[in-house]
Amino acid sequence: MTLIEARDLTVRYGGHTVLDHVDMSIDKGEIVTIVGPNGSGKSTLLRALIGAVPVAGGQMIRAPGLSIGYVPQKLAIDPTLPMTVARFMSLPRRQSPADVAAALEQAGVPDLSTRQMTDLSGGQFQRILLARALLSKPDLLLLDEATQGLDQPGSAAFYRQIEEVRRRLGCAVLMVSHELHVVMSASDRVICLNGHVCCQGTPDIVASAPEYRALFGTGTQGALALYRHDHNHSHDDGCDHDHDHHSHDKRTHDTGVTPLHRATRDKVH
Amino acid sequence: MLDDFLLRATLAGLGVALAAAPMGCFVVWRRMAYFGDATAHASILGVAVALALSVSVFLGAMIMALLMALAVTALSGRGYAVDTLLGVLAHSALAFGLVAVSFLSGVRIDLMAYLFGDILAVGKTDLAVIWGGAGLVLALLTWRWSALLTATLNPDLAHASGIDPKREQLVLTLALAVVVAVAIKVVGVLLIAALLIIPAAAARPFARTPEGMAVIAVITAALSVLGGLQASLMFDTPTGPSIVCIAALIFAGSALGTALRRA
Repeated sequence: MTLIEARDLTVRYGGHTVLDHVDMSIDKGEIVTIVGPNGSGKSTLLRALIGAVPVAGGQMIRAPGLSIGYVPQKLAIDPTLPMTVARFMSLPRRQSPADVAAALEQAGVPDLSTRQMTDLSGGQFQRILLARALLSKPDLLLLDEATQGLDQPGSAAFYRQIEEVRRRLGCAVLMVSHELHVVMSASDRVICLNGHVCCQGTPDIVASAPEYRALFGTGTQGALALYRHDHNHSHDDGCDHDHDHHSHDKRTHDTGVTPLHRATRDKVH
Repeated sequence: MLDDFLLRATLAGLGVALAAAPMGCFVVWRRMAYFGDATAHASILGVAVALALSVSVFLGAMIMALLMALAVTALSGRGYAVDTLLGVLAHSALAFGLVAVSFLSGVRIDLMAYLFGDILAVGKTDLAVIWGGAGLVLALLTWRWSALLTATLNPDLAHASGIDPKREQLVLTLALAVVVAVAIKVVGVLLIAALLIIPAAAARPFARTPEGMAVIAVITAALSVLGGLQASLMFDTPTGPSIVCIAALIFAGSALGTALRRA
């Protein structure tokens, strides 16, 4: 069952087209990750899905009564606004103190309920944001680089929590992330975005797609080719449009990808 | 019972305090202090127009305040910085208002009464209008409280919960216009912003939640009204400014207390 679908979605800021005819959808219970370089429209796509940016073209179809939990990239709380963690958890809908306590317990921060939001550390703040988003029992959880500012154990714990949440609540998860190695292993499907949808599919397919490598291969000296070396899968879906791969094929060659690896890639393309 | 002018003045002041203080909290949280100022200054133009057309001053002030607020909202983000825009619009509206009042030769108007308020001259009708307006503002804020708070915290969080931040902004703008209109008689157009902002600012260090801050702000504003009226009688000073002076003293005490506690 499709929860939310963008059809031919176009978003413009000023004269600049940020999202260009984007088609994508999220099904019930899936974990989908959006990857893409800076300025590729990842956050804009998430904000378009919650209805926070005006749509210049195309349409957005939501399942009736869809409840969305949103964890923004960053949330600046004005110091003039006093806000305890417990009060924040009850916005916009009142939650029972027992539910709030249980949610904080689950997020691993049971003692914070009387603290001011502005006094929290980055990691605590992210956990509270996630806990609040989960309180409304969302059908779809949207995470915009939610592990920004967390150290590696912190973000690993955060992703474990996401999987746990999906298992417990059965909600779909759509996240934007830069931590490709974690994301690729934790997602059912990856959407590679750069103004338009470059390619999408299971992590294996996307990781070996030339469009993806064109975006992430450059500048990393082949470091991002470290994961997913098991190329024993079929390539019957994923990318369906032509790109010129000549230049970066040469580059991968230079950075010393194993012949086996290259042979597989050559077979694919 | 309402025949005593001092009682009427007290009730009028408390009514305005009740509406202005929670509204002022939003003005502070959303950093709209100059916005409140501009809206209030514009209302003098509304007063002039209302007097010229022989309609209710309250209505004229409210409509002009609302138009001003909508104009600022519509114009902001179109090439001018918001503070520049507010500086231009607020003072232009005040100047046009003062000029417009001078054209009204037929009636002799006590301009000072509109600029600084004339709380001691509040009549029974004024009292009804003030409490009606204050009740409307309180009802509006209570009804939309959670949505307003969420939209103030973060517009995207609001969107995700199905709340339209633009609509909530409009609710606040409307409430602000009503507060301005009812406060003219009490403190005058020049000092309305003070009654919005000072109680909220004084309440901030003592509050742990938004609701707590609104309640403390109301108490601060009410004490300012009572203290200002007394001071005005005792020292024979203008009442509106006296009320604002007491609020300022409470704010100074609050700031000083916070500084000492941290030291």
